[in-house]
Amino acid sequence: MSASRLSRGELINGWLFIAPAVLLIGIFLIFPIAWSLWMSFQVGRGMNFSFGGLANIIRLTQDPVFQRALGNTVLFFVIQVPIMLTLAALMAVALNDPTLRFRGLFRTAIFLPCVTSLVAYSALFKSMFADAGLVNNVLLSLNLISEPIYWIRDPFWAKVLIITAITWRWTGYNMIFYLAALQNIDRSIYEAARIDGVPAWARFLYITIPMLKPVILFTSVTSTIGTLQLFDEVMNITEGGPADSTLTLSLYIYNLTFRFMPNFGYAATVSYVIVVAVAILSMAQFYIARDRRAAR
Amino acid sequence: MTAEATTRPLTLPRVPRVNLARMLTYVGLSLVSFVSVFPFYWMIVGATNTSADVTIGKLTFGSAFWANVTHFFTLFDVPRVLLNTAGVAIAGTVLTLGVCSLAGYAFEVFRTRFSDRLFALFLVMLSIPFSALMIPLFIMISRAGLINTFAGVLLPGIASIFIIFYFRQATKAFPHELRDAARIDGLKEWQIFLYVYLPVMRSTYAAATIIVFMANWNNYLWPLIVLQSNDNKVITLIVSSMRSGYNPQQGAIMVATIIATLPTLLIFFLLQRRFVEGMLGAVK
Repeated sequence: MSASRLSRGELINGWLFIAPAVLLIGIFLIFPIAWSLWMSFQVGRGMNFSFGGLANIIRLTQDPVFQRALGNTVLFFVIQVPIMLTLAALMAVALNDPTLRFRGLFRTAIFLPCVTSLVAYSALFKSMFADAGLVNNVLLSLNLISEPIYWIRDPFWAKVLIITAITWRWTGYNMIFYLAALQNIDRSIYEAARIDGVPAWARFLYITIPMLKPVILFTSVTSTIGTLQLFDEVMNITEGGPADSTLTLSLYIYNLTFRFMPNFGYAATVSYVIVVAVAILSMAQFYIARDRRAAR
Repeated sequence: MTAEATTRPLTLPRVPRVNLARMLTYVGLSLVSFVSVFPFYWMIVGATNTSADVTIGKLTFGSAFWANVTHFFTLFDVPRVLLNTAGVAIAGTVLTLGVCSLAGYAFEVFRTRFSDRLFALFLVMLSIPFSALMIPLFIMISRAGLINTFAGVLLPGIASIFIIFYFRQATKAFPHELRDAARIDGLKEWQIFLYVYLPVMRSTYAAATIIVFMANWNNYLWPLIVLQSNDNKVITLIVSSMRSGYNPQQGAIMVATIIATLPTLLIFFLLQRRFVEGMLGAVK
């Protein structure tokens, strides 16, 4: 549509239609993100700010709690995202077979976790993984462990629990994207490959995976961005504990702002770590996607 | 060696070949389905058991359901909580859909070079994480005296870049001819939007309603910051607050969890296809 076609009346109407959204985005998105940047150069407690230059950034490098939160957050996505996406892709490939029975049933069941609110499923996981609770009982009776695992109180197992919980909640969600992408692949490509005697594993490796690349990229980036903002689960299952072993950046920002004596400047600096990480990821996705389009 | 061995008939009765890969697929999918659905069973069973039974992982139905419900209703003003949650979710959905569909429509139909640039700028800001906004937003909302108000919960979330984007993409499929015909009939722009666009695009609205309603119903972090008094809490805050304390009432927590999950579960089962389409809309 060429832009010059619009009449004066249309232009006025167009801007009137857009105005409420622009106004709200200006006030509640652009202004705060700019203010937050300015805040990150301020030091002081409560509402008493003074300019501190790079003091907050220097503090980041010396703050063991921040480094633990950053480490945990990175660990969560480095381990959890590949596990979840591999599972999602495998399930999608299995469900994409038109001769499979009960496909609808399986798909609905696997998708069901996405329906729960993060707080609600956190409550369920917390009770299932209690010290004397269900999961320990099952593992003990199957002789997989000889004594109960302290899922919530042990620094290592608390991390495992958080990873398990997020994987439960989001695998089905990602699977839907893989399934939609698989259904867009032309079946005749597989037919041709089969007639040429290409074995199933090779068809998967050399046809399916390359065709799925855009979705793999999309789900990796969105999942990583999601993990960078992990809050509800750690807040409700472990409260970041024990001994900060499941503290995430978002929870640390919350604690700095609302739990401890508020330090807005430093909390804003920590939040900008997430902003920068998300920006880098989004740009990486943009450029990889663009290169692919250019190459075609 | 006798001749018999060499003359053994080569045509053994053919055993139907059990497809091992296929069997593994079924076993794997069943396992995954079981794990996916099990916590829902756990939630329902837990709501019928005493707190002590939940803590020791009892897997059979108990008889404490009404006791749990009663307990939950004495701990909190449940009708009030549900009214708060539904009010916030419905108002938030209506406002977001109104503002964002209007903008998405206009960004597509009244395109200028400048509006295209503005939209591109919005897209760049699509993935700004909420944790980076919450400190300034909190200060803004508290200076405006909106702490503990539903307006404070709602305002920052009304304009969603994602939903604007969603409507702009959908508007590409809105036929030109309809707009042209309506203009020849003398309809004003707002009338075209209200009486032509809105009814034609109802399936887009339906999908967006599901996404936005769920996001509002399940919202946790921002209400946690804004709603600090007890009489305006929403359900996620209630579920979250029940975990703490010396003796958390597990059975009552399960009842609360069921109530928190039920609306989205219902939407999912009633509108399953649209629900999934709505989620996929995110990529297209």
